[in-house]
Formats: sequence, C-alpha cells, structure tokens
Amino acid sequence: MPFGNTHNNFKLNFKVEEEYPDLTKHNNHMAKVLTKDMYAKLRDKQTPSGFTLDDVIQTGVDNPGHPFIMTVGCVAGDEESYEVFKDLLDPIISDRHSGYKPTDKHKTDLNFENLKGGDDLDPNYVLSSRVRTGRSIKGYALPPHNSRGERRAVERLSVEALNTLDGEFKGKYYPLKGMTDAEQEQLINDHFLFDKPVSPLLLGAGMARDWPDSRGIWHNDGKSFLVWVNEEDHLRVISMEKGGNMKEVFRRFCVGLRKIEETFKKHNHCFMWNEHLGYVLTCPSNLGTGLRGGVHVKLPKLSTHAKFEEILGRLRLQKRGTGGVDTASVGGVFDISNADRLGSSEVDQVQMVVDGVKLMVEMEKKLEKGEAIDGMIPAQK
Amino acid sequence: MADHMEKINDKMAKLTIKRLSAEEEFPDLSQHNNHMAKVLTQDMYTKLRDRATPNGFTIDGVIQTGIDNPGHPFIMTVGCVAGDEETYEVFKELLDPIIEDRHGGYKPTDKHKTDLNPDNLKGGDDLDPNYVISSRVRTGRSIRGFCLPPHCSRGERRGVEKMSVEALDSLSGDLKGKYYALKNMTDAEQQQLIDDHFLFDKPVSPLLLASGMARDWPDGRGIWHNDTKTFLVWVNEEDHLRVISMQKGGNMKEVFNRFCAGLTKIETLFKDKGTSFMWNEHLGYVLTCPSNLGTGLRAGVHVKIPNMSKHAKFEEVLKRLRLQKRGTGGVDTAAVGGTFDISNADRLGFSEVALVQMVVDGVKLLVEMEKKLEKGQSIDDLMPAQK
Repeated sequence: MPFGNTHNNFKLNFKVEEEYPDLTKHNNHMAKVLTKDMYAKLRDKQTPSGFTLDDVIQTGVDNPGHPFIMTVGCVAGDEESYEVFKDLLDPIISDRHSGYKPTDKHKTDLNFENLKGGDDLDPNYVLSSRVRTGRSIKGYALPPHNSRGERRAVERLSVEALNTLDGEFKGKYYPLKGMTDAEQEQLINDHFLFDKPVSPLLLGAGMARDWPDSRGIWHNDGKSFLVWVNEEDHLRVISMEKGGNMKEVFRRFCVGLRKIEETFKKHNHCFMWNEHLGYVLTCPSNLGTGLRGGVHVKLPKLSTHAKFEEILGRLRLQKRGTGGVDTASVGGVFDISNADRLGSSEVDQVQMVVDGVKLMVEMEKKLEKGEAIDGMIPAQK
Repeated sequence: MADHMEKINDKMAKLTIKRLSAEEEFPDLSQHNNHMAKVLTQDMYTKLRDRATPNGFTIDGVIQTGIDNPGHPFIMTVGCVAGDEETYEVFKELLDPIIEDRHGGYKPTDKHKTDLNPDNLKGGDDLDPNYVISSRVRTGRSIRGFCLPPHCSRGERRGVEKMSVEALDSLSGDLKGKYYALKNMTDAEQQQLIDDHFLFDKPVSPLLLASGMARDWPDGRGIWHNDTKTFLVWVNEEDHLRVISMQKGGNMKEVFNRFCAGLTKIETLFKDKGTSFMWNEHLGYVLTCPSNLGTGLRAGVHVKIPNMSKHAKFEEVLKRLRLQKRGTGGVDTAAVGGTFDISNADRLGFSEVALVQMVVDGVKLLVEMEKKLEKGQSIDDLMPAQK
C-alpha cells in the first residue's frame, strides 16, 4: 500500500525470516527471483519518494499467479524504483523480455515512414487495427504510489496539453467523475473506455485508490485517437480504426504522440525515458516501447490448427480474446498483437504485426480451400 | 488540546512521502455518505496530515477505505480504520466526532464500563428453541504492541498468530481445541468450516480491501476451535482476534457463560506472557473499526419471526429495544424464510452484560409478539418503551 513507507523502518525491528513473504505457492516473475537473501538486502531501501520493496512486490504476494500464465508480480512506484530495486527488477526484466541484459540499449523509433506496407491487410478478415502505448510524466510518482495531489496534477497537465491539439487530433476530455452512465456505456461499447478496477492485480498494487478522482478519457472528434488518463499508467495513448489499414493507424499514432510530447516540452515537462529501459512505465512488462500493436482478425480455421501456437511463437505475436487481456475469443475472432516490448523499436514491432497478420490471413485462406499450410510455416523471428 | 499534542508530538514518526499542498491533496467527498465524509473538512485534513503515529500510520491510511467506498444512501458505514492503538489518540479530532455520531452521543470525556461476569446476566436460558434456532456472542481483541490489520507487517501478523496459537493451545477442558491455519487448510476443511458458520470470508468486501487488511492473504490467518465446535477464535481477519461462542438453540446464558470464561482464560494466558489486550477506560477494548470499540460485542440469535418481521412496527420495535437485524449470512445479507439475525446495536457505552441482557430481553419479547401475531392477536400492548 502506498502509505507503507512510513512503516518501513518499524518493520526492520523484525528479522528477515519474519518478514520475508511465503512464496511457495506462487508462480510469477517476482516469486521466481526474490530470494530471502535478496529480500534482506533490499528491505531497508526506499526511493526518494518513499517507495519500498514491500510496495514493489505486494501485488505479486497477493496474486500468486496461474499455472499457465506468468504474471510479473511487481510494479514500479516511480522512475527511481528501477534503479533502487535493480537487483530484483533486472533479472525479472531479463526473464520477461527474452534475455534483455542490464547493459543493453533500447532503440526508440517513432518514424512511421520506416514501416513497410501495412495498408493492405484484407478487411474481410481484419476487422480493426489498433496501436497503444503508455507514457509517464517525469517528476511524478506512478499510479501505485502517487498521492491524490500528484494524480490531479498529471490530469491537469495532460488535459492542458491535449486541449491544444488541432486538425485531425482536435478533441475533448471526459473525466470519469462527471460522466453519465450513458456516456460511459457508449465509450465501453466503442472499445474506448478502461475498466473500473476489479482486477486483483491492480487492486493489490494500490492503483485503484481514490477512484474515479482524476481519471478520464480524452478522444478526438473522429474517435480514432484516444488517451486514457491515470489508469495503470499516467497516460495510455491509443490509435485505432475499423479495417486493416495499420499503416494509417501507426501514422496517426506517431504523429499524435510527437505532438503531445512537444506540447509537454513547451511546458517544461517530459516523459520518463532512458536509453536502457526506453519509456518507463508502471509494469516492468511494458518497458521499452510500451507498445501493443494489434488487430482483431477472423481466423476460425487457423486458430484450431495444431500449429497455431507454434506459428504465433515464431512470428513473435500473441493472441488474446477480443475483450482484451484475459478474455476469451468469440466466433473465431482473435486479437493478435506483438509479444515484445523491450529491445526492439516501435517500427520493428508494428512491422512484425503487419507481416505476421498478412501471413496468417493467407494461411486462413488456404485452409478455407482445404489446402495445407506446411510450406508457409515461418522461421523464428 | 495543547496537552494532547504534547503527548503525541514526541512519538510521531517522521513523514517522508512526497505530497502537494493540503488543498491539492484533500479528497473529493461530494458523492460520499459515510461517517468520515460527514466529519472531515479541509481544515481538519490540513491539520492532521502532518501527523503520523509512532508506527507511521497517517491520515490517508485512516481514511482511504472511506474515500474508496463512498457508501450507500441508506447504510452509514464508518469510512475509516485504525492502524494501531495510537491512531485513536493522534487522529482524535477526526475520530472523536465519528465515535460520538456512531455510538449514540458518546463524549470524549465518557468512561466505558467493562463487565464480563456472566453471573450478572438475568435469565437467558429459556428462549423458545422453536423460534430461536441458534445463539452466538462474538467480540474482538487486539494485542498491545502490534499494529492492527490495516497497517501491520507480515512479521507482526505472524507474531500475533504465533502468540495467539500458543495461548489457545494451552486451553483445556471443554475449551480444548485445535488451530487450522488458512494456509494449510484443504478445500474440504474450508468448506466444512464455512457451512458450520465458523470460517471467515476470503476478503472480497471492498471495505476490507481498500484499507489493506487483505494483504498477504492467507499468510498468518487461521481459525481455532474447541473440539465441540462451540468456542472459536479467528486470527488476523479484521482484528487480531475475533472470539466467538455459539450453539444451536436459545440458551444464550450458556453461550455467554462460555464466552466470558474463555475470554478471561485467554486474557490470563496473554498476561502470563507479558502482553495484554489493547484497552483503556475511555474506549474500552480498542479494535480496528471505530464501530467495534467498547465491548466489540455482538450478541445475537437466528430467530424465526416471519409475521413480526412484516409488521408495520417491526423497525420501530427493534429501535426501541436497541437491536438490529441482519440476514442469516451476516452483515449485508438478506433474511431467508423469515429467519433473521437479531443482535445488539450498541458497542460502546454499555457493558457486555448490559448488551447481552438487551438481546435476551428483546428477543424474548419479539418471540412473544410473533406468537400473538400467529394467533391473529394484536401486539399494541406489548410495544416496549425506548431503552
């Protein structure tokens, strides 16, 4: 809990054995890495804003995980968490991000012109295209740890910046607090709004405190560019549209993000970023690009094929249901997106989605005609 | 007030969390309807946010559950919790008015009487078992020197468990029993305990979750009960200890006898170990929720009153008898088949004996009224005066 640091020195009166969490039934990244020795070493530390080891790991202690899904089990409370608790977070980052080393450098590339193709995914199969990322405003604590005042400041700064956008980006902010049930239902049905916090992963990390104070959604008049304020990250930026023109979605994404970043800079604010971790976000799984580029695509035949999972693995893609993470697919329609976040650039990741989805649609068409796809199985990317 | 500040100033923990101005940090309570929201003003918040208890509990810790749970138009929740014994002193300006509002006008200068002598209870052994299905008395206890469930560390929680289990394991005679740690319990054991109305819920209530009481679940939590399943202790749920005496039928006197005997024995065992329960002559027994101060006692029955409960004056009768109704699943559940959980409404300002007496006398009257209504007779002449 975010008010936990005031108790941290008091806890040091107890021995390590007495305070070390019982992780025997746990299966998440944190539980794999946090030994008693590591706990002993890190437990008297705190970040300058007062985030402690127990704050980092509480969500992982309270949510043991699932035998098949590997959750991260820890969060950052501020930018410095990744430095102060390096001993814990570096191995987790390495495990989660395919061996990414503490000395590796991450490449940021938001130049949409570097994307090849992506404007011709077959709309008979690709129902919609979407790219999202997160951004944290430097100098403010992150959602697990921020105070009401900080969260309100993030909202104020963000809305000021967003309200200066014009042209295709001109839009409006809808704070959750004043929203009518009807507006809220409409936004959910449009796949725009974020959930009221019921996930124990979020609740266990204290991210739902003071809900719905300072939470809201901004979107442009065309409903193709949206920003979530103060959900799991300070900002979540989303570009989306019906059909398969991922190129256009990505263009709008890059242009919009750049405009927002420029506006922040004019007001002497910037995003949390460094050359090792890229964009710094609340969950270690979202470091790097924080980018999830994906489509809703009809693959009833391919998804029941014996090699479906294998193909996804080789293409570095992952599947989800059409309700987002942890939902089931409906009617053979899947959400297919990039699996990676850190160690490859935005352009790289969207390229993988574009190329991979194109291939899978071709495979689907073959299977429809009763033909084999063995010759099309890709190499590991 | 100056004395009060002197008393607490030296011992307060140093705060290091970054915060903005008091105005920027003050919660939006405009949609809220709980005791905390009724009392907490900007001025009060500005004053209290610079304080912390010696263990580091802050005003935001006290009120978070009330911010996150705005309340219900008809049910008035408390909206705040204590993180340690000192909370009630350090945040007095907030908690005293809440205590007063919640506990029938109890003043900061009032003294609370503790009476756990079951011989002082009159009657209570003859509630009609055709109507009174079961009888139960529960209370809570906090072990001095440990932080309370919203704020305690894993080490403290385990310390409370260890000390409690040692004490309970030394009980003998009809109190002899066994501890079942939640951590090691099989699903079958757990279901049996729930069906017997023994086990406490996995924390799903947003009231508990928001105050941090469910952290590290199920570590350090468990249930102890005697072999005959009539005396139980919950460890580390909403309080350090919840002590429960219960049995089928209407012999509340026996239930209360066992309750007092068991509690007194446990308290003696703790004293032998050099600790004690949190208690003072103003607030009585100190517990996590301000609503449970004083006796922490809820004595009640499950009673069949299908006719009485539909009577126009049912609520009025309960109010005059200083009783409250709940469904048979506990707080916030609905009644099933005309069977209600009827218990004392008060906790602070009345002794344990006085509260159980109200239940015994009140339920006896309610059953008489039910019998009259069954026969189609009026109950107007049975209406009690306001206790």
